[in-house]
Amino acid sequence: MQVTTIALIGGIYSNYHALLATLADIDRRGADCAFFLGDLGAFGPHPNRVPELLIERGIAGIQGNYEESLSSGATDCNCGYTDPRDNHYAQISYDYTAENTSDVYKRWMGTLPRAMRLEANGRRILLSHGSPRKINEFLWRSTSPDPFLRRMCDEYEADVIVCTHSGLHWHKRLEDGRHVINAGVIGRPANDGGTNVWYTMLTVGDDIRVEFLPIEYDHGALASEMRAERLPEEFIETIETGWWTTCLEVLPAKERAAGRF
Amino acid sequence: MTTIPHVPMRALDTLWFQVAGTLCNIECTHCFISSSPTNRSHGMLSLADVEARLREARELGVREYYFTGGEPFMNREMIPILAATLKQGPATVLTNGMLLRKSICRELRELIDASEYSLDLRVSLDGFDRESHDAIRGAGVWERAMIGLRNLAEVEINPVITVTEAADGIRSDEGRARFLDLIRSFGFTKPRLKVLPLFRIGAEEKRTRAYADWERIDIMNESDAEVLQCSSCRMVTSKGVYVCPILIETPEARMGSTLAETLRPFPLRYGACHTCWVEGVSCRT
Ligand code: SF4
Ligand code: SF4
Repeated sequence: MQVTTIALIGGIYSNYHALLATLADIDRRGADCAFFLGDLGAFGPHPNRVPELLIERGIAGIQGNYEESLSSGATDCNCGYTDPRDNHYAQISYDYTAENTSDVYKRWMGTLPRAMRLEANGRRILLSHGSPRKINEFLWRSTSPDPFLRRMCDEYEADVIVCTHSGLHWHKRLEDGRHVINAGVIGRPANDGGTNVWYTMLTVGDDIRVEFLPIEYDHGALASEMRAERLPEEFIETIETGWWTTCLEVLPAKERAAGRF
Repeated sequence: MTTIPHVPMRALDTLWFQVAGTLCNIECTHCFISSSPTNRSHGMLSLADVEARLREARELGVREYYFTGGEPFMNREMIPILAATLKQGPATVLTNGMLLRKSICRELRELIDASEYSLDLRVSLDGFDRESHDAIRGAGVWERAMIGLRNLAEVEINPVITVTEAADGIRSDEGRARFLDLIRSFGFTKPRLKVLPLFRIGAEEKRTRAYADWERIDIMNESDAEVLQCSSCRMVTSKGVYVCPILIETPEARMGSTLAETLRPFPLRYGACHTCWVEGVSCRT
């Protein structure tokens, strides 16, 4: 039997320190392939570094709402927040990222697909950003019940659906043996008080195995670069403490209760 | 004659239950369905009614469930109804907070701890203080809502506070800040606030004014219609399945008696549709 290991990198948010550490971990584990799932920019400093690295390493992937917005010259990130404070911070990140991303990379972002289909051991795997139907949909564990996920797998003819965007990783194995995976993000911690970030290893053999892998990286270096770039202190606090301080109003009750703010 | 735009049914994500019918323990001057202690236009839903819809909803892949009224906690089966729902998906209850006794709050806490899905409580306030709140909601309502909020805080349930535009200054930064401070004063360290526009129907029509004839959606692209909640929701009442939680007193908005029957486009010819359109309203949290 053939076994395929696929590394899945969720939102990177310009955190190239975490990307370097993640790529090293993927190499060490010897994954067969790796894909990024969009939202390369936002939040962090020096937004050219991430596309630079991904292209240099030949890693393929899909657009997030950030790439869609940057490549089309949109004036906001279309992150999907509804709260004024959340939107205020989202706009700061977007303006900074738009201003500091070079045109070559913006054009490259425009060439990325919105979804990718893979096949491993006869399993149909669909990579998406928010959800297969909407680039900025938030799929949280506590608001993504099995009947809803089953409908999505049916509609999009997939045995495994992968997404990111919301920032928290989770995995559900449906009764019929299909899987939905939120790969998490490596851009910022998972609102759990740890400074590490998470990526996902999908192993497809006779069965499907999903592992969430913690990545420690030089978050101190990231924080000082963010300060030097005058990015909001609220963002830096998240990097240094592991607790989200912004974009909180989109969290459902369960996920909100688990964080500090 | 202009053609009336239709909203397509994109996917049934959100299912609403008019779980207490139009019965409420109070009578707000802005209530768009004119709920009151005597309005029996729509009746209570029983646990069996809700369970039957949940079975349909499971087949259709519904994502989330909302409960409103009237006042949901006037329904004696509310706790078992929530227990049944939370086995299948996340739930949100819209309440005026007055019936949130300590015992109910403890039961809600147990439901939350037992489910893998989120349970959200949404408590409506209409002012920063007794005077402004009671002017809309009636004498003594502020006091009881405050007790309810304290009881929630005691069991560490963090509600979303919803405020309508009837509340003075709520759209300003200062108004928001005042509300957030009020919420914090109960001991909620993570205040959650949602502002809702008013619909000029029901009691609100008398408080301010009705919709003018020009307040209709005239042109709209199908893709724009996707932002309207009626492209992804339906409302179950004792009388059948309606297009959305707003138009339950509009007979033509009753689309069928099963969920499956209602998965088709709907003509947006009503004044309330204009509010949804220009305000980008969603009744979801
Ligand atoms: S607005 Fe809510 S609390 Fe007020 S009368 Fe209507 S249903 Fe009752
Ligand atoms: S009132 Fe709003 S939600 Fe209801 S049908 Fe009209 S546009 Fe849709």
